[in-house]
This record gives sequence, structure tokens and C-alpha cells, in this order.
Amino acid sequence: MPAIVVRNLRKSYGDVEAVRGIDFEVATGAVFALLGPNGAGKTTTLEIMEGFRKRTSGEVQVLGTDPAAGTRALRERVGIVLQDTAVDPFLTVREALTRNAGYYPRPRSVAEVIRLVGLQEKAGTRVQKLSGGQQRRLDVALGIIGNPELVFLDEPTTGFDPSARRSAWELVRGLIGGGTTIVLTTHYMDEAQELADQVAVISGGKIVAAGTPESLGGRDTAAARIRFSLPNGVAPTELQLPVEAIGPDLVLRTDDEVRALHTLTGWSLDHGVPLLGLVVERPSLEDVYLELTGGAAPTETGVAA
Amino acid sequence: MNDVTLLGHQIRYEQKSYWRNPQSAFFTFAFPIMFLVIFASLNKGERLKDLGNISFNQYYIPAIIAFGVMSACYTSLAIGLANRRESGILKRLRGTPLPVWTYFAGLVVNSVIVSVLLGVLTVGVGVAFYSVHLPYHLAPLLLALILGAATFCALGVAVSTLAPNAEAAPAIVQFPFFALVFISGTFFPAPKGSFISHLAGYFPLVHFTNAVFAPFNPLATGNGFAGHDLLILGLWALGASAVAIRRFRWEPRRG
Repeated sequence: MPAIVVRNLRKSYGDVEAVRGIDFEVATGAVFALLGPNGAGKTTTLEIMEGFRKRTSGEVQVLGTDPAAGTRALRERVGIVLQDTAVDPFLTVREALTRNAGYYPRPRSVAEVIRLVGLQEKAGTRVQKLSGGQQRRLDVALGIIGNPELVFLDEPTTGFDPSARRSAWELVRGLIGGGTTIVLTTHYMDEAQELADQVAVISGGKIVAAGTPESLGGRDTAAARIRFSLPNGVAPTELQLPVEAIGPDLVLRTDDEVRALHTLTGWSLDHGVPLLGLVVERPSLEDVYLELTGGAAPTETGVAA
Repeated sequence: MNDVTLLGHQIRYEQKSYWRNPQSAFFTFAFPIMFLVIFASLNKGERLKDLGNISFNQYYIPAIIAFGVMSACYTSLAIGLANRRESGILKRLRGTPLPVWTYFAGLVVNSVIVSVLLGVLTVGVGVAFYSVHLPYHLAPLLLALILGAATFCALGVAVSTLAPNAEAAPAIVQFPFFALVFISGTFFPAPKGSFISHLAGYFPLVHFTNAVFAPFNPLATGNGFAGHDLLILGLWALGASAVAIRRFRWEPRRG
């Protein structure tokens, strides 16, 4: 049984439709990333799954129950890490974790969780004295103290410096090792690529693409671009190929780069004209993402979603 | 953990957090003690003509007990919940399996513990230094304290939702508090029939003060139950609870 099933989910705030009919499933033990720009509807979708918001219509099942019912039994099985850090500032790290551990029937060991998030040296420090990054790690620790089957992470690394992001990723990978299902939102393509087995790109309240990070938006099968330039005095028309001038470069789009390269290099050798800076490119995840979310630059390849 | 142990567990951490928070420890615990010492010393030996010439402090000690309950229940809950709501602690808590009733029971019991400490300290100081007589009746005192704590806890929860942000919370919470304290005869009973005493009659503090004072009143002939005041206090407790339940939010209001 999948950990999460979402069918035709809709959510309106007054006249504004924030989520406009989305469907997805998250397999048990999978890492699923909802990728999208700010305001795309990812946090709304996440908060409906977490039970913080009521949906307008559609079906949502989290671990086999409707999160809108907000039952204690479901909350005992789910860990939530919200975007903003919020822990009682007057408790120490160990106290905050011991307190929350008491809320769950089968919590993890407090000492083990402290070690997992690397806060051993701060265990006796009050939350108000922790740095932002340490508070965030405590936040993740509180999300997993109940030994959850499913963890929601809302933009876990927003505002982190690159090295803090790396260690946060390590932490999430450590959780995956335990077979926990993870649902995270992010607006970083590299984060989705690093962590997720499945990615859904959400834009304007709709899922515009879904798949593995490798195949997202048809990236693995998309048209390749062969980019090069010709020496001064050689006109592109001499090639007799459908090339497109983009800045100083020429670009040839093709579904069959082997044949196209053969033709092109054959022409080059026959005519003794070098192909300067010859490269074969595929759209990066970032290209696909920008294309899908409407931020595409004019030079981007058109890839079918 | 069963539900009772869980409540005990929750209260322990509420207590830790309360005493370590300089804002709550000062405004809601040290403040009433400070008023107690200042006014009781200033008025030592004074007598109250309107109350049959009893000593000022025989009235003032019960009045400060009421003040302490209001401080420990209303002020600490209103400011504490506004802060926790704004900072996202309440929302975060909503995502854990801790039952809502356990959370609120933890908050209320925490306030009651602080109120009891304040009350015992106040009576102790009164008896030891200001020749105050111990209460003549216990049951009416207990009833008054329970109704007062319920009223002011509920009002605290309700008022916490009025603060537009955590910075504004102390001002929004303290303003009605002190307005009420000054019109309700906490520092000096308002003359009967005056406009101030008429106005104060619409609010709970004067009734609470009267109901706590009645069992301390050496001249009272009855059983120490201030029936009229207890009734109005009871109505306030019900009304305030209904408003608190309706208005309570886990997250800040936006936009």
C-alpha cells in the first residue's frame, strides 16, 4: 500500500485556487520531492497532508487514513518539520527532546537522536542559545523523535549555506537508511536531485511534470543540442542543415545525435572547415524546471512534459 | 505513558519553561510580591472606615491574592500563548500526538501552581509581618479561587488572540489588567455608590476580590460565601471559557 495517495486535490482560499486538482502517490519507503517556485502550492499541499489545512475537495490518504480527521493515532506515526523553527526557547536540547519523546508510544532514544543530528555538545544548552543551524537540526530531531514511519520536511534547507545544506542532506540520507518514507518540498533542483527517488514539479497549483529526477520532463529522451561555431567567413547556409543561430553559436537540435554528429563532422572533414567549440548538450534538470515553471529563457529547448 | 502520567510530564516542562522565562517569572510572579510589600508597608496601621474600621491589610492581603491569581492565570497565559502562537510553537505542537486537552490542562495547572505559591506567600507575609488574621472559612475561599482561576485562565486564552504580534502582546495584555486593578479596589476599596465602583461591577476582578475577601472579613456574620459576587464570577467563568474556545487559534491570523 502506498504511504500517501492524493487524488484530484483542490484547495481554494476565497476566490483564489491555490491547488487545482493534483494527483500523486508516494510509495512506502520512498523519498518524494514536491519541487516548485514560491507560491506554487507546495506548502498548501504539504499542510493538507500534515493535517494543518482542510482541503476544498479531492481525496487524501496518509498511511491509510484521512489526515483531515487529525487523529492522535496518525500523529503518532508521522513526523513533521515545518519551515520555521519553533521550539520552547527556555528548555535545553535534551529537555525539548525528552518532553516530545513522552508524546509518542515508541519513541527513539533521546541520546541516539541527539547524536544523529550532531548536537551532542549542545545537549545541555538552552534552545535560545543555539545558532540558527543548530536550531534547525533540533527541529529535525523533534520531527523524528517519535520514530515515525513518514516524515514531512518543508523546505529543509532554505536559507542554509552550502556546507550546512550538505550536512542536512547527509542527515536526510541517514533517515532514509531506516526505511522511513520522506516527503519534502524544495525550490532547489539540486536538492531534489540529491535526495529524491520521485519528483513532482508543481506550478500554479498543478503538477506539470512527475517522474524520477533523471527522467523528469522527458529529460533523458529529450532532443539533444549540438552547439558549435564556424570560422569567420563561412556562412551557416553552406552546412545545409537546420541550424539555428543563438548568439555567436550555431545550434542543431536533434533526436538522433549520433547520426547528426556523423553528418556534421563528415561535412567538416570534407570541406576542411573546423567546428569550433563543438559540444553535445542535454537539458539540465534546471532547464527542465525553468521551462516547466514558466521561468524559461528563450534559448531553452522545448521539452514535452 | 498513560494520560495522567502524560499530564504530569507536560506540567513538569511547563514549570521549567515558566521559571526560566524572565518575562513570566518577573511580570507574573515577582510583580504581585512587589505590590504586596510596597502597599502593605505604606498602609501598615491604617484602617478602612467603609469596611467597619478593619485594618487595611486584612483587606489588602486577600485583594493581593486575587491580583496574584489574575497575574498568574490571565497575564501569563495571554502573553505566553501570544508568543507561542506567533513563533509557531503552537502549530508545531498541533503536529504531535499530544492531546489538546492535555496541553491546556498543563497550562492551566501550571498557572494554578503559580497562583497557589503566590497565595501562600501572600498570606504568609501578611500573617508574619502585617498582623493579618488567617481566613475564617476555607470552603468559600477555595470556591472563589477556583472560579477566579477559571475566569482569568479563559480570559488569558481569549485575549492572547487579540495581539497582532508578539511585540504588541505585553501592552495589549497589561493595559486592561492595570485599568481593571485600579478601578476594582485592589489597592483601596472604591467608595460604594461611586461611578468607579459602578463601572468596576461590570468586570470580574472586583467580584473576585470581594469573594476572596469575604472569608477573611472578621466582621462578616455569614458563612464567608459572597453569594452575589460568586454568582457573577461564575457567569464570567462560563462566558470567558466559551469565548476562549471559539477564538482560540493554533496559528497567527494573517492578512
